[in-house]
Amino acid sequence: MTDDNPKKDIPNADKKAIPEAKVPERKAKSNIFNIEGLTKEIEPRIRELKSSFLLFRENITAMIGLVLVLFIVIVAVCAPLICPPGLGDPMDMPKDIKPPKKPGSDGHILGTGHHGADMLYGIVWGARTSITTSLFVVLTGLLIGLVVGAIAGYYGGKVDNLMMRITDIFLSLPALILAMAIASILERNLQNMMLALIIVWWPSYARLIRAQVMSVKENTSVEAARAIGVKKSSILFKHIIPNSISPLIVSATMDIGSVVLVAAGLSYIGFGVNSGYAEWGRMISDGKDYFMLPVTYYGTSYVAWWVAVFPGIAILTFAMSFSLLGDALRDILDPRLRR
Amino acid sequence: MRMLNYIVKRLMLLIPVLIGVSLIVFSLTRISGNPAAGYINDKMTPGQIQQVYEKYHFDEPIWTQYVYWAEGIIELDWGWSKTAALPVTEAITLFFPATLELTLVSMLLAVFVGIYLGIGSAVKRNKPFDHVTRVVSLIGVSLPIFWLALILQFFLSYQYSIFPYGDRLDDIYYINKSIPNITGLILIDSLLIGNMQMFFNGVKHIFLPAMCLSFGTVAIVTRIMRNSMLEVLNLDYIKTARAKGLNERTIIWKHARKNAMIPTITVVGLSFGGLLGGAVLTESIFSWPGLGKWSADSIREFDYNSVLGFCLLIACIYVLVNLVVDVMYAYLDPRVRLE
Repeated sequence: MTDDNPKKDIPNADKKAIPEAKVPERKAKSNIFNIEGLTKEIEPRIRELKSSFLLFRENITAMIGLVLVLFIVIVAVCAPLICPPGLGDPMDMPKDIKPPKKPGSDGHILGTGHHGADMLYGIVWGARTSITTSLFVVLTGLLIGLVVGAIAGYYGGKVDNLMMRITDIFLSLPALILAMAIASILERNLQNMMLALIIVWWPSYARLIRAQVMSVKENTSVEAARAIGVKKSSILFKHIIPNSISPLIVSATMDIGSVVLVAAGLSYIGFGVNSGYAEWGRMISDGKDYFMLPVTYYGTSYVAWWVAVFPGIAILTFAMSFSLLGDALRDILDPRLRR
Repeated sequence: MRMLNYIVKRLMLLIPVLIGVSLIVFSLTRISGNPAAGYINDKMTPGQIQQVYEKYHFDEPIWTQYVYWAEGIIELDWGWSKTAALPVTEAITLFFPATLELTLVSMLLAVFVGIYLGIGSAVKRNKPFDHVTRVVSLIGVSLPIFWLALILQFFLSYQYSIFPYGDRLDDIYYINKSIPNITGLILIDSLLIGNMQMFFNGVKHIFLPAMCLSFGTVAIVTRIMRNSMLEVLNLDYIKTARAKGLNERTIIWKHARKNAMIPTITVVGLSFGGLLGGAVLTESIFSWPGLGKWSADSIREFDYNSVLGFCLLIACIYVLVNLVVDVMYAYLDPRVRLE
C-alpha cells in the first residue's frame, strides 16, 4: 500500500537523514576492543535505521499498522488487568450458563455469548491465544526454513535437490487442506493444531531463504570473505544470512496474520480448542447457531448476532494490522526499492 | 516442439511429487491408529476381522503395506467413506461436480472483478476509486472467509430472504427429480436443456457462496493487476501508442491490459489452492453439497478415509493446475525460457 509516491517521500528523507550517499569503507574484520573502529562500522547502520524510521513515520498506512499491532500486543499483555480471570484456567471464559445477553447489559460491554460467556473476556484473552499461536508457528517455521533453506542454497548440488523436492511435496498441497489432513489424525487440541500449521508453513520459508542465499552468495563481499579465508560456516552465518533475511522478516510479519486466519478456519471446522476456550475461531463457531435460532430470555426474543460478529472483527483487525505492517516493512527494509 | 518437450518434462517431474504426497497421506493413515478400524464394525466375527486384515494386508511390514496401499490407490480402491456411506471414489465422483461448479464460478468472478478493479485502480491512481479499491483489497486478504459467509448468509438469506438458503437449487427441483445430469454442472446443464428458470434459480443459489469464496482471490488479483498495470503503463511501447494518437481506452484495454495480465495468471493459478481450501469452509456454511462439505463432515465424524482421500485428490488437482499455469505462462510470454 505504500509503494505509491516515491517522489513525495524520498527527497525529504534524503535531505534530513542521509546527507551523504557515500558508502563508507567496511573493514574486513571487526575488532570489538577497538571502539573507534566499532563506531565507524556501526555508524552507517544507525544512519540506515534512522532514515528507515523516518520513512516509517511518514507512511500513514505503516503507522496505522504499527499502532494496531501495538494495541493488540498491549491488550494481550494486559489481559489480566482488563478482564480479571476467575479461579480456574484463565483461558476458559467465565460463563453463567444462560442465553446470550445483549451488549451493554449487566456490565457485559460486548454482551455474552455461548453459555453466557462474556464476549469482551473472550476477545481480550483470545488476543493472547492468537499472538502466542501465530508467533510460535511463524518463529518455529522460520527457524526450520532458515536452516533447511540456507543449507540447500549455500551447499547446492545433491543436498539442494533433495531438500527442494521435499519442499515441493509439501507445497503441492493447499495450506488449509494439508493442515486439515495432519490435524485430522492427531488429537484435537491447540498444540497439535500448531504442529500441523508448522508442518505446513516451513517449506515456503525454506524456498524463500534458499533463493535469497543463492543470490547473496554471488555478492562480491562474500567472495572477498572467501578470499581472505573465512570459514565456510561463518561466511554462511555472518555474511550471507544477515544479508538475506529481510524478505523473510517481511513475509513472517504478514504470515502472523495469515496463520491466525488459517488457525481460525481450522478451529471453525472443529480442530483446535474446545468450546469455551478463549479463541476467536472457536467463538465464531460457537456463535454461528445463534444467527439461525433467536433466543428467548425473560420474555423477549432476539437474534444474538454479536456472538459471532465480534470475534470476527477481532480476527479481521489482527490479520489486517500485521498485513499493513508487513507491507510497510517491505518498502522500508529493501533499500533498493526506496531510493 | 519445445513446448511439447517442456510439458512432458514437467509431467515426469510430477511423479516424485505425487509419490511424496502419497507417502505423506499413507503415513497419516498409519499414524492415526489402527488402519483396520474403518473396515471393522462390532457385528463382525473374529474370522471376518481376520479376513479384513488379510484382504488389506495390515499384518505385513510397513513397506509392503505401502505397496499394497499404493496399488489400491491406483486401482481406485480408496477405502470406505463412513460419512457418505459410499466408497471414497464414488463419493468423490458424486460430490465433485458441485465443487467444480462453485470453484469455477468463483474463479471467473475473481478474475473479472479483480482485473477490472486492478486496471481501474491503476488508471485512477491516488484518486478515490483507487483508495477504496485498495482498502477493499486489504480487507479482502485479512477477512476470515467463513465469518464473511456467516454474516452474508445471516443478512441476505436469513434476515431479508434475498437469496435462498443452502443447496444448489430450490427443493422443488430435487423433489421432482427434474435435474438433468449431462455435465454435472447445473448452470451449464440447465442452459443445455434450455430451462432458463432453472438456470436463474441456480445462479441465485450459487451467488453467495461464490462471492464469499472469491473475495480473497479478488483482493489478490486486484493487487497484482494494479502493480503490473502501473509497471506496464510506464513502458516505451505505451508511450509510442500514445504518441501515435491512439485513444486512451484502446491503449489501456488492448495494449496495456494484455501484457499486465501475465503475472496475474500465475497468481490466479496459485490461488486455486486457496479456493479449494476455502471451499471446505464455504461449502459447509452454505450447505453446498460438494467435496468441501463432505470432507468437513468427515472431519467431524472422524472419518479418516474420506479426509485423506479428499487431500490426495486435491493434491493431484493442485499439481496439475500449477502445471497448466506454467505452460500458459510460457505460451503467453515468449520471453520465458523453457528449460
